[in-house]
Amino acid sequence: MLQAHGLEISAAVDNGADLLAAVTADRPDVAIVDVRLPPTFTDEGIRAALAARREVPGLPVLVLSQYVEQLYARELMASGSGGIGYLLKDRVFDSAQFVDAVRRVAAGGTAMDPEVIARLLARNTKDGSLAAVSPREREVLALMAEGRSNAAIAQRLVITERAVAKHTASIFMKLDLQPSDDDNRRVLAVLAYLGG
Amino acid sequence: MAGQGPDRPDTADRPDAAATSWPQPTRQAPSPQQTRQARQARQAPSPQQTRHAPSPLAEMWDWIRGRLVVAGRGLLLLGPAVTGLALLAAVLSLLGLVALLAWKATDPYQTQELDLITAMAVFVFWLLMTPIFLLCFRPIARLSRKLAGQWCGVPIAAPYLPRPWASGGKGGLRRRLTWLLTDQATWRDLLWVIVNGLVGWILPVVPAGVLVLGVTAVIAPYAQGEVRLLAVAVAVGGTWASPWLMRGYGLLASSMLAPTQHAELTLRVDQLTQTRSEALDTGAAEIRRIERDLHDGAQARLVAMGMTLDAAGQIIDTNPDAARALLYEARDASVKALAELRNLVRGIHPPILADRGLADAFRALAMDSPMRIHLASDLCGRASAPIESAAYFAVSELLANVSKHAEARETWIDLRYTDGMLRIGVTDNGHGGADPARGSGLRGIERRLAAFDGVLAVSSPPGGPTAVTMEIPFELSLPKTSFS
Repeated sequence: MLQAHGLEISAAVDNGADLLAAVTADRPDVAIVDVRLPPTFTDEGIRAALAARREVPGLPVLVLSQYVEQLYARELMASGSGGIGYLLKDRVFDSAQFVDAVRRVAAGGTAMDPEVIARLLARNTKDGSLAAVSPREREVLALMAEGRSNAAIAQRLVITERAVAKHTASIFMKLDLQPSDDDNRRVLAVLAYLGG
Repeated sequence: MAGQGPDRPDTADRPDAAATSWPQPTRQAPSPQQTRQARQARQAPSPQQTRHAPSPLAEMWDWIRGRLVVAGRGLLLLGPAVTGLALLAAVLSLLGLVALLAWKATDPYQTQELDLITAMAVFVFWLLMTPIFLLCFRPIARLSRKLAGQWCGVPIAAPYLPRPWASGGKGGLRRRLTWLLTDQATWRDLLWVIVNGLVGWILPVVPAGVLVLGVTAVIAPYAQGEVRLLAVAVAVGGTWASPWLMRGYGLLASSMLAPTQHAELTLRVDQLTQTRSEALDTGAAEIRRIERDLHDGAQARLVAMGMTLDAAGQIIDTNPDAARALLYEARDASVKALAELRNLVRGIHPPILADRGLADAFRALAMDSPMRIHLASDLCGRASAPIESAAYFAVSELLANVSKHAEARETWIDLRYTDGMLRIGVTDNGHGGADPARGSGLRGIERRLAAFDGVLAVSSPPGGPTAVTMEIPFELSLPKTSFS
């Protein structure tokens, strides 16, 4: 499926040790890792991804999983610079969106699963810290936290890019965050705020 | 239960402050009463904890006051001893009196058969009355046990066999008699009443006795110098030793009133039977819930998906656009079904618990919770999967309770492993007032922990804070072992 969208697969491996060897040898643009790998079929994928990023600093990694855990998302985010993605396997169904996520991560961006973001938002909503944010701004915030660019958000919500920019500025002001034009730094700021 | 001492020095005098700030659950038998006892114990901190830097004078006054209290309690302990002896004497005289009356009423010159009949009647009367009299000694033994625990520092568990009719069975006269007469504790109670009434009471009376002796020696005008000195020395020595005398008395009581190994095993079997049936019930209820969730959720969605796909297949040639819409619908349904399955799996056995163990699973719980949760953990290995699961769901339910009822802003989870015991403390700064006797949630947690011999203690004074401590005994396995 990835090849159908013009991506090249340098190596396909089925365990953590081989992944390490493959990323150090081939230096791919992005590594796509399943969380459950042999031999333990627990969180091997996360450990392998973290190890790979230690070996190859800044290696973009996209982790796929049958379920998402905030703890793992946070560990991945904390594992240094470079693109990071953490998606449910279901998202592979929508091939266009999936390939978009792969490209985003490869380019050093972020692709957080909407479910992670939804749980972060839910937690912060109960807390009351998002009380000032309007429903529309919450939608923008969620898409922003997933790692999408202003253009993508505009397309998704069927509004103009200028409207998105206005919303983001308002959100950053309400949450007392430092505005940033860089998409990735913006995501990190938002995630840090929600996770704090 | 066998092999565990009545008092637990490891919890009593551990130096670290964190250990003393939790309520300490008692390990004898997990029952609501004990939960309440633990709570009461928590509410009355020991004087050693609250006193700071006393002056020597105050210290001496405290010492004297303490000894006076001991002497007073020793005198009060005479009560059960005398009552027991008096009761025994009354019973024996009643039985004797009946025999005497029967003998007097019979004419000595009558034939021998009539004599025999009288004797038999008396005997039958004795037999009928004995169980009733035996039961009369139980309250005295109970009081002795309680006082031994509170005043002598030797807690004694109740040794009695469980009433067979308490768990739904019929309580016929024969069963009641068997229950009473075959219980060793019944006869040991009687032994205690006799021993205590004849000699046992001397021990606790000594502290008061030597005090009286000392005071008499000092104020009596006719006492000789040496005698006076000797009496005072005895008084001081006796007073100094009084706590040990009380403890000795407690141990004496314990030797007769504590459960024998046989009784302990019987109680243990009873407890195991109960917790096993509760565990089976809980398991069955869980399976029914899972079945229902699957039936209403994923299964229904898969059926709908199949129908949608079938419809799409039928119209794909005639109306490709509508077919495409149906296919997208089926895809969305599959996403929803997967989401439901994920939630279901989380409810059965959370993946992060299987992957990482308790500490990280609690960390993940903390991230999902709207409260601020602080986690402290010194757990580095893994427990067995059922214990991890029980501990996880207990904490998750406690956190749900806290956010629902306590209006707490912050919660502390404290995860420790010491001496083969997993100890989890959950404390919040909410308004307190949680009562395990009323809340079915806490009772449910208690029941589930009981299947692992775990216990739950709740300290929740009105106004807060609420502290819940759970203890589960288990052997820690080596780290990095997977249980998936």
